[in-house]
Amino acid sequence: MSSMTVRKSERLLNLLIMLLVQRHYVAKDRIRSILYPDSSTEGFEKMFERDKEELRSLGVPIEVGHMDAYFDDEPGYRIRPDEFGLPDITLEADEAAVIGLATRVWEHARLAEATTEAVRKLTALGAQLDVSALDIAAARLTADEPSFDVFWEATQERTPVEFEYRRPGQDQVATRHLQPWGVVRYSGRWYAVGLDTDRGEERVFRLSRVQGEARRAGRPGSYDVPPGTDVRATAKRLAPAPSTERAVVLVRTGAGLPLRRDAESVETDVAGPDDRTGWDRLVVSRSGLGLADELLGYADDVYIEEPEGLRATVIERLRAVVDGGAA
Amino acid sequence: MSAAKPAASAAKEQVARLLTLVPFLHARGQIRLEDAATALGVPADQLVKDLKVLLMCGLPGGYPDDLIDVDLDALEGPEADGVIRVSNADYLARPLKLSPTEATAIIVALRALRSGAGDDTREVVDRALAKLEAAAAEGSAAAQIDPGEDAGTPDLARLESRLRDAALRGRQVRLTYYVPSRDEESERVVDPRGVVSAHGFAYLDAWCHSAEAPRLFRLDRIHEAEVLDLAVETPPEAPRDLADGLFARATDASRVTLHLAPAARWVVEYYPVEEVRPQPDGSVEVDLVVVDPAWLRRLLLRLAPNARVVRPAEASKEFSSAVRHALRLYG
Repeated sequence: MSSMTVRKSERLLNLLIMLLVQRHYVAKDRIRSILYPDSSTEGFEKMFERDKEELRSLGVPIEVGHMDAYFDDEPGYRIRPDEFGLPDITLEADEAAVIGLATRVWEHARLAEATTEAVRKLTALGAQLDVSALDIAAARLTADEPSFDVFWEATQERTPVEFEYRRPGQDQVATRHLQPWGVVRYSGRWYAVGLDTDRGEERVFRLSRVQGEARRAGRPGSYDVPPGTDVRATAKRLAPAPSTERAVVLVRTGAGLPLRRDAESVETDVAGPDDRTGWDRLVVSRSGLGLADELLGYADDVYIEEPEGLRATVIERLRAVVDGGAA
Repeated sequence: MSAAKPAASAAKEQVARLLTLVPFLHARGQIRLEDAATALGVPADQLVKDLKVLLMCGLPGGYPDDLIDVDLDALEGPEADGVIRVSNADYLARPLKLSPTEATAIIVALRALRSGAGDDTREVVDRALAKLEAAAAEGSAAAQIDPGEDAGTPDLARLESRLRDAALRGRQVRLTYYVPSRDEESERVVDPRGVVSAHGFAYLDAWCHSAEAPRLFRLDRIHEAEVLDLAVETPPEAPRDLADGLFARATDASRVTLHLAPAARWVVEYYPVEEVRPQPDGSVEVDLVVVDPAWLRRLLLRLAPNARVVRPAEASKEFSSAVRHALRLYG
């Protein structure tokens, strides 16, 4: 660590202490004479601005006010102890223990770090962490979507976001504009909820379908989240309704275990499309739109009887491979 | 997280550490340097450097008594006993309040933990959450970030803690495991080594008695796990670090290059791919390491017709043959 860094650390901390221990605003001149005695006027202004910004970015609330009602041209600064310090919360030993577990939840570098920092602050006052007595299972939150960070920050700052989005089942990518109200995990996927300003309506967007980097497109605080918005309820309401598909299929004897496990009915030893093995007739239903994909995965171990639309889709997709396909 | 923010300066980071260090020391009176370093996650030599900065700080009066007092002789030199003693810093006794990001990150993490907690522990989580929400800095977006209810997927989480426990106690486990690529369920006995995660899935790393080799078992494909009252047969070993990829140690792996149409691009997000080469038309070429040809065939079928094998030729031939067999069923 360079001596310049050390001197700057000392100056930042001394500035902080000076503003924290005074009950009234501290005049800029006084700050200069004590902490920046050797600087030119211009040098002082620059350094002082930067120092204030660095402290603020750490979360130190520096207030600006006027020293004297009659001479309002002289600004002063202070830090109110009740705004600066963590509120006086006393954690019981078991509460401190679950809080300690929180450091292992995020599988996302910056949020894991932020959680660890929060736990350090919360336990600085003496709580001991003992997690052995807890009946609790580890939870994990992953957030691999490249656009997650931008939506998370935009939600905190209330900054509009612009991004390229591919709707399910479509190849085309369109530019969309959203005022994010929240970020919600639903069925294992992250969604952004907010006002779609292109359409003037509330919408949800699955973050894994955002193409490339999302971008801030406006100023922080440039909109308000409608009062009473429940982002989870909104996401549930707007996320594509889980539709149910039902199919009657023939499955080779001994194959298709996952289909058999939750089949609505199984009829064994029925006539099938070939005699290489025996066949069973299963009625299966699936929520979501992945039934064709799933059945395709079984290759020639599964034969689709009904519905006709599903059967046609699967045949068409197989033919497309033979004919050269979309890929 | 975002490129827009300026890099934090070394001085700023040092001040942040000091604002946690002083309350930590204040609450404990005296503490050994090594213990403080461990608890705070800061190397001991850095901690001494930080304390030296503290020595030069204090009230703005300019008198020696105004400065924070750090007993450096106790940390350096012949008289050192390795105990940190700091005084005259009462005004820094409270830690800095949580930043909005810190408050949101920890509250969302606790909400995620809540779903995996037993009834008694859930009550503890709720108490902790109530205190944190009250203490959260203004501007926290905790209410706007919802981790959902399944982060802990209670069944999986319980399975995970049972397997971790078995690994710790060195007990064999009998697994009923579904292998999708072969579409079969098998029973096997393993020596568990630990639970690791990669690409959003949790895996049991274990020595498999039937394969006589280490194997990874995806937790959501384990249907039953019975912890046996038998000591493990192989020497205990730490679970693998999957950070370098799931198949980093696979010996029989082969590299396959696929061409994916835009509709199949999601594969890149879901499977460990080695290299992605975007093409001008929006499609991509990816290299991935494939251990099991049956897994690859199934993946290609599910993606049909949006994926095709660029190389090797054998994989391409096998896929075409599977497609032709499937089509033949329909005449």
